[in-house]
Amino acid sequence: MNGRRSGGGGGRGRTGPGQGKGGDAQQRRPMFRRRKVCKFCADKIDDINYKDTKLLMPFVPERAKILPRRISGTCAMHQRKLRVAIIRARQLALIPYTSE
Amino acid sequence: MNRKYELVYVVSPEATDEQVSELHTQVEGIVQRMDGRLEKTDNWGRRKLAYEIGPHKEGVYVLEVINGSGELMKEIDRRLKVFDTVIRHLIVRVDEAETVAERQRTRRSEASRRRRVARGLSPERQPGEGQRSEFEDDRDDRFELSEDVR
Repeated sequence: MNGRRSGGGGGRGRTGPGQGKGGDAQQRRPMFRRRKVCKFCADKIDDINYKDTKLLMPFVPERAKILPRRISGTCAMHQRKLRVAIIRARQLALIPYTSE
Repeated sequence: MNRKYELVYVVSPEATDEQVSELHTQVEGIVQRMDGRLEKTDNWGRRKLAYEIGPHKEGVYVLEVINGSGELMKEIDRRLKVFDTVIRHLIVRVDEAETVAERQRTRRSEASRRRRVARGLSPERQPGEGQRSEFEDDRDDRFELSEDVR
């Protein structure tokens, strides 16, 4: 499921109704999907610290919600630790709860 | 039973430097009185807050690493709530998380050493060794989202 996709063929997991508008774009340029890696596993970060805003910021995009695992590719263990770190950082006003 | 805690408090930006150091000596006093140990203090200085807390847009962050009992931290928590120059504070126990991280680190390095010895290499990684990536690509785009995901 998570293996590296061998280019070409528009390897899309879900093609359901309501995705019709992306159809022609796919035909022109075959979808390349880079394999997702857990950032913390790859960089060997063992403890995710709430003080390290630089590390946490990519996981709280504009709306300041926590980026889901399905998008970031973080593994389950690190997502749990990340969540705790973000919640702590929010308490100290290092990271916003919301934007506007 | 002594444990390691981290305390971060945010002081109102209107507070003078004396008031900040006053607060620090207060904390130090409590720690000493209840036989704990202050391991480290770090003043991060003035930082912009991610959101407004009451009238404040900025705050002075101070980090203290304290070795002590839960009772001690309870007391500090109670005292910090009283000061109106402190706009936020957070106490986190860190010793357990640190040992877990340490264990993981040693486990990882041991595993790699074992693998290297099994392959007949020297246990440590030599400089200039290791895989070259397929093409020179120092751009870290693993976390960039393609527009259809958004």
